[in-house]
Amino acid sequence: MFFLPHIHRHPAFREGMRDVSPQSPGIAAWGLMTGVAMVKSGMSVFEAVAMTLTVFAGSSQLAAIPLIVAGAPAWVILATGFCVNLRFVVFSLHLRPFLMHLPLWQRLVHGYMTADISYVLFTRKYHHPGQTPAQKLEQEAYLAGNDFLNWFSWIVASLVGIALANIIPTAWGLGFAGILCLLGIQCSLASSRMRILSSAVAGVAAVLAYALPLKLNIVFAIAVAVILCLTIERLRPTPVAGGHA
Amino acid sequence: MNGTDLWTLAVILGLAAVTVLTRSFFFMSGKPWHLPGWAQRGLQYAPIAALSAVVVPEIVMVEGELIATWQDARLFAAAAGAATYFWRRDVLLTILLGMAVYLPLHLGLGW
Repeated sequence: MFFLPHIHRHPAFREGMRDVSPQSPGIAAWGLMTGVAMVKSGMSVFEAVAMTLTVFAGSSQLAAIPLIVAGAPAWVILATGFCVNLRFVVFSLHLRPFLMHLPLWQRLVHGYMTADISYVLFTRKYHHPGQTPAQKLEQEAYLAGNDFLNWFSWIVASLVGIALANIIPTAWGLGFAGILCLLGIQCSLASSRMRILSSAVAGVAAVLAYALPLKLNIVFAIAVAVILCLTIERLRPTPVAGGHA
Repeated sequence: MNGTDLWTLAVILGLAAVTVLTRSFFFMSGKPWHLPGWAQRGLQYAPIAALSAVVVPEIVMVEGELIATWQDARLFAAAAGAATYFWRRDVLLTILLGMAVYLPLHLGLGW
């Protein structure tokens, strides 16, 4: 938790911030365009600010905005948000052993704060949960620093986007910087042949299944890629697939 | 610009609760429990798959259809971005050079 002194004074907190900092222009450009999109689609400034400060999930915001504006039933909007966020359920499964030593409220705050980029950077750096209290604290501080700068870049840029909504044309396509940011992180994860395969399979599957409602193509693509990679691992258990992969 | 109404605010708070629920899904229960080995290995492949599933459609699709032309700024920007990453291993540079390819093609040529 970034607001607890023993966390933000830990050296790993700064390290976490440093690792996010190359990403933050991309996060900011994406937040900016999300802010612009909220106001342009007809939400009031107050609603857009409330959404920025509470929801903190770009993809579910972008999916929910047209539904809110169209007056869709609340359960449809919430179900859509849930499905778009299903990947976070997978992330929480992965992060569980790293955080379970903390009290419930701290786990919930960590979960809320940990979006795609923080999850990817954290799991790229730490492959196994800490064994000693010092290691656990270091990992928690790293995650908190990472989360904090990611959150800060996103919130500030979204608020600027809301303020400037009528000046920045969406036609400029500045939101594409957010995709380039995700692409760069994707490349940084391509550290083994099996991971490259996972990436290729998921990309193709997400395009083929694009017609599925509620952005379920993303969850479908993750499932297909992971199952295929596990099957191949089982068929030819070479040492290449082992280790930290 | 629409006005603000309570229904919308309630939905927004509901979406915030959904964010907490999904991101903390497996943190809620404190019961000791370990992930089976196959699931642990499978998770090695999940992050890159998730990113690819989000990124690839944003590069090769328009309004739910696969693009039928190579004259799309996103293709060149993504290729330049990926090449930049593998050249310098730097995400910021990936964004900057990718946008340096994207903006002239997109705004200048209308691709």
